[in-house]
Amino acid sequence: MQETSASQVAANATSSFTEHLQRSRPELLPYNALHNGMPNGMTAGSAAVPVQVPHATTIVAMTYAGGVLMAGDRRATMGNVIASRHIEKVFPADHYSVLGIAGTAGIALDITRLFQVELEHYEKIEGTQLSLDGKANRLGAMIRGNLPMAMQGLAVIPLFAGFDRPTGVGRLFSYDITGGRYEEQEHHTVGSGSMFARGALKKLWRPNLSEDEAVRVAVEALYDAADDDSATGGPDPVRQLWPVVYAVSRSGAVRIPERQLAAVAGTIIESRAVAQREA
Amino acid sequence: MTQQFYVSPEQLMKDRADFARKGIARGRSVVVISCRDGIALVAENPSPSLHKIGEIYDKIAFAAVGKYNEFESLRQAGVRYADVRGYSYDREDVTARGLASVYAQSLGAVFTAEQKPFEVELAVAEVGAGPETDHLYRLTFDGSIADEQGFIVMGGQADKVSEAVAAGWRGELDFTGAVRLALAGLVADKEAGALPASAVEVAVLDRGSESSRGTRRAFRRLDDADVVALLAEEN
Repeated sequence: MQETSASQVAANATSSFTEHLQRSRPELLPYNALHNGMPNGMTAGSAAVPVQVPHATTIVAMTYAGGVLMAGDRRATMGNVIASRHIEKVFPADHYSVLGIAGTAGIALDITRLFQVELEHYEKIEGTQLSLDGKANRLGAMIRGNLPMAMQGLAVIPLFAGFDRPTGVGRLFSYDITGGRYEEQEHHTVGSGSMFARGALKKLWRPNLSEDEAVRVAVEALYDAADDDSATGGPDPVRQLWPVVYAVSRSGAVRIPERQLAAVAGTIIESRAVAQREA
Repeated sequence: MTQQFYVSPEQLMKDRADFARKGIARGRSVVVISCRDGIALVAENPSPSLHKIGEIYDKIAFAAVGKYNEFESLRQAGVRYADVRGYSYDREDVTARGLASVYAQSLGAVFTAEQKPFEVELAVAEVGAGPETDHLYRLTFDGSIADEQGFIVMGGQADKVSEAVAAGWRGELDFTGAVRLALAGLVADKEAGALPASAVEVAVLDRGSESSRGTRRAFRRLDDADVVALLAEEN
């Protein structure tokens, strides 16, 4: 009797918020709710006609001298329509990491929120932060949880970046829809404009960029992505909309202020105008 | 078959209450003080890792005395309650009042239904925009809940410590003053003149965490060096 209740306590002890929700409130999980509620006729086979929902687009991330930097454009699209010009797709996950999201915006935003609570919950229960690899694995498990939805055409692809305090370097992780986690070197991009952004990064990125240089490289890579991908939004001087950029270093994740981004975007637009080149 | 002796409900409740009170008085005291800068939580606790004070949510902290395993399970339950609530509604919708009433219900249920009551006393503190909107709730082993003003002293020789804190408490204290007052209170029941930083656990709920540290999480644990530095500050 004693032994069973003791082992029950041990089995029920969890530091994971997601596990807790799975046990006590599964309907609150972003992936379970919709999956269980899918109409019967809708199976993986019917994914041929994609559902019309807002999609988040391009995210770029790169390492620099002091850590790692991530930037995302401000557009969400629904088919050929611009669903939002203001959406933010890069978020601080906790004090030392950030994540950017591409794919189905509604599910991605909820997964982001769940991931933020997951990290804070662990920190409060355990009294210590998860390791960077631990955080990356938890995010992978959440993306794996979304696999049934991804098969229906509602995929979410995050990009995760954080400062690894024991080793003192910034690290990048990319994912596939099955939750596979891949550590990336130097820089990486996800989303519809990622090919163009990656091309730009290959020419613009170099080792040991300063933070200011890295901000410029990120904004310019997004500018190039927006130039060729209709689903990626460029800097918008009319509405004063700039990409969302976070830098993560030893002192934590910091959002780059609008004023600096406006100046950087202004310089890039100006230099392109002066060059008078078509492509 | 053995004959069950009749015990009157009054006697049963009194026995349980005495049992819990004895357990709580054996431990050392915890002081929670609301002041100008926020809320200071100070516990006499020689262990650097087994905490009596914990973060529950953005503006809410928890302090406890009594049996570690019992209040630790309540703390974890509180963190789960707050995180589920904040995730399913919004972060603003998590309040100390809601949490304290859940605690009151669980303590009350354990007191009447279980083999033995929890030998714990809890404080739930919420920092507001100004000292008048701070909330301090005291929860006792039988599920009673009290809304306190200014400060809470629990555990150990609570009467003596409480007297010392009451004598020095003013609303305009800053964190340095509040921690000093708490430490002065904690030695009121001892011969020793002062407690070293390593013998206490100190945390604060920072009223201006958004402006000073750029985070909505007001809870901050002070390590020994922080406590020494804080106490070294001149008035």
